[in-house]
Amino acid sequence: MSTKHSKAAEKFLENKEQAAWHDQTLWMVRAKRDKMSKSVPEWEMLRDMASAIKLYSNSHLDSLLQEFEKNAIANGAHVYWAKDAEEYCSIVHNILQNHNVKHFIKSKSMLAEECGLNEYLQEKGIEVVESDLGERIIQLMHQRPSHIVMPAIHIKKEQIGELFVKEMGTEPGNNDQTYLTHAARKNLRNKFIQAEAAMTGANFAVASTGECVVCTNEGNADMGTSQPKLQITAFGMEKIVPDRDALGVFTRLLARSGTGQPITTYTSHYRKPRHGGELHIIIVDNGRSRILADKEHVKTLNCLRCGACMNTCPVYRRSGGYSYTYFIPGPIGINLGMLKAPLHYYDNVSACSLCHSCQNVCPAKVDLADQIYRWRQQLNSLGVASKSKKVMSGGMQFLMERPGLFNFALKSAPIANSLPHFMMYNGLNDWGKEHDMPKFAKESFNEMWKKNKVK
Amino acid sequence: MSSREDILQSIRRNTGIRYEKPDYAPLEKEAMTYSDKLAQFQDIMKLMGGRAVILQDGEDVNEVIRKQYPEAKRIATCVDEMQCGGKSYKITCATFHPDDVEKSGDLNGTDLAILQGRVGVCENGAVWIQQDVEQRAIYFISEELVILLDRKNLVNNMHEAYKKIDTGEYGYGVFISGPSKTADIEQALVMGAHGACDVTVIVL
Repeated sequence: MSTKHSKAAEKFLENKEQAAWHDQTLWMVRAKRDKMSKSVPEWEMLRDMASAIKLYSNSHLDSLLQEFEKNAIANGAHVYWAKDAEEYCSIVHNILQNHNVKHFIKSKSMLAEECGLNEYLQEKGIEVVESDLGERIIQLMHQRPSHIVMPAIHIKKEQIGELFVKEMGTEPGNNDQTYLTHAARKNLRNKFIQAEAAMTGANFAVASTGECVVCTNEGNADMGTSQPKLQITAFGMEKIVPDRDALGVFTRLLARSGTGQPITTYTSHYRKPRHGGELHIIIVDNGRSRILADKEHVKTLNCLRCGACMNTCPVYRRSGGYSYTYFIPGPIGINLGMLKAPLHYYDNVSACSLCHSCQNVCPAKVDLADQIYRWRQQLNSLGVASKSKKVMSGGMQFLMERPGLFNFALKSAPIANSLPHFMMYNGLNDWGKEHDMPKFAKESFNEMWKKNKVK
Repeated sequence: MSSREDILQSIRRNTGIRYEKPDYAPLEKEAMTYSDKLAQFQDIMKLMGGRAVILQDGEDVNEVIRKQYPEAKRIATCVDEMQCGGKSYKITCATFHPDDVEKSGDLNGTDLAILQGRVGVCENGAVWIQQDVEQRAIYFISEELVILLDRKNLVNNMHEAYKKIDTGEYGYGVFISGPSKTADIEQALVMGAHGACDVTVIVL
């Protein structure tokens, strides 16, 4: 019954030390988030408001996006609409080509990951440089992010030290985080200054002002967009919010939820192109408008991409981002993958213990675990339900419908407690795989009830 | 049909229940406030990795800046003079104006930049900078930042802040909360990822 996720997780867990570090580090971020949320008395009101604003804006995308477009054009920006990844990539490429751009600097954008932008541009001969430190590390390592906010969380500093010796000429053996970070600062500063165009994603797009808002801790979005005069900003259309007052709600939640900070260092508002420069804004659908019709899963569009659901997820923490087959891991990734292509990404729905922790920390109240549960109900009709699980639940049904047999089975169950290890944990007992078997009680509840032992 | 029309049509076709726009007022009324805003702002600036210094009576702002950053040689200022509380504060310790350079890359190597903050937020140490020079790169490329802030412009929370800010003629503004930082290498916090390595807000 092993899914691709559980097989990959097994591999991740082979390095016990690294796996324990991963688990503890993300738990530390989760604990920081708790400290932040508890210091805000109106926290639950904030979450309710964030959810209500998203439900409003995502059910008024037609009018809000047009309002945004009108205002952005009045501000002097160029606005484009992209139906899918291909169109988005080609719009970016056309803009770069028209301006003869050879050096292109980007700040982190999950939309660009989703659409494969870097690969697309590199094939066309444009050098793309990621400027977020974590993204730059994985770009130089030819890897993909394993977390949406902390993309290099799976990499040890020794590996980064080795990489920087080669890429940035640092001293071999010096793996000090401050030393390495400042080496990257120096190295990337030249890239910022050399670039002919800069690109950012957007955390929010404000309909009433036509501005895009980007949140970073490093300042890389601003270093990029304040050097070359050509700026491209692209966002998935669910990033729209009605007005600046809505930003008052979201900026209070985003960093507190994601990294456990009161706010990110920089919250940048791009409204007009720079003097003598150009601002190009791309609004991207790529499957989002289709999700609007899916009542059971429409709330995935509330997501702020803060990463809180992965930090808290006991499965994510213990299996790492690469165990998931969709590029976004964790609870939100499980759901977004299923919305993208269920037959391709169904392996991930097993990566959930239905503990509902994700749902409790989500700042915009996406019903993550409930949605995963609903996807599991559909696996059979999709024709991808696990065969052995079907046999087991068939067996359980047979037993439950026959009280005599059920009671006999219950009486015999404690025998399993004293069976030797190999008889319980082998290829034949699927329930002994990937987890310990429970100890069966000597007496069933039924028996205890009859003997008047239950008060 | 254009992609724009296709997308809008797909949105209209697929939109189900249309939810009402919520009323922000009850939340905004309930949001955190501080009885001593100055003290809270100092505490939170420390937590964000920077500091807030309250200018005392009779102190010269230029001396405070020099004392905080004695090593700084190339000093840019975006503000020549700031008026607040009936007083005028002249900035005389700077060596140049950011728009004196030919191109933004020439600002690289600036030790310290002095900016004007418009609003300071007590819940998170964020200070609103409305672009007021041609080369906004100076806000990010400088090694260190001093932000001058009128104490009357301290607000409790982001709800209050968003009612007071704007992006002005340049169409750009940014909340800056302390120094640039990253924890991308093994979650160890390092100051000075790309932007300023150190930030002091001087409250006038």
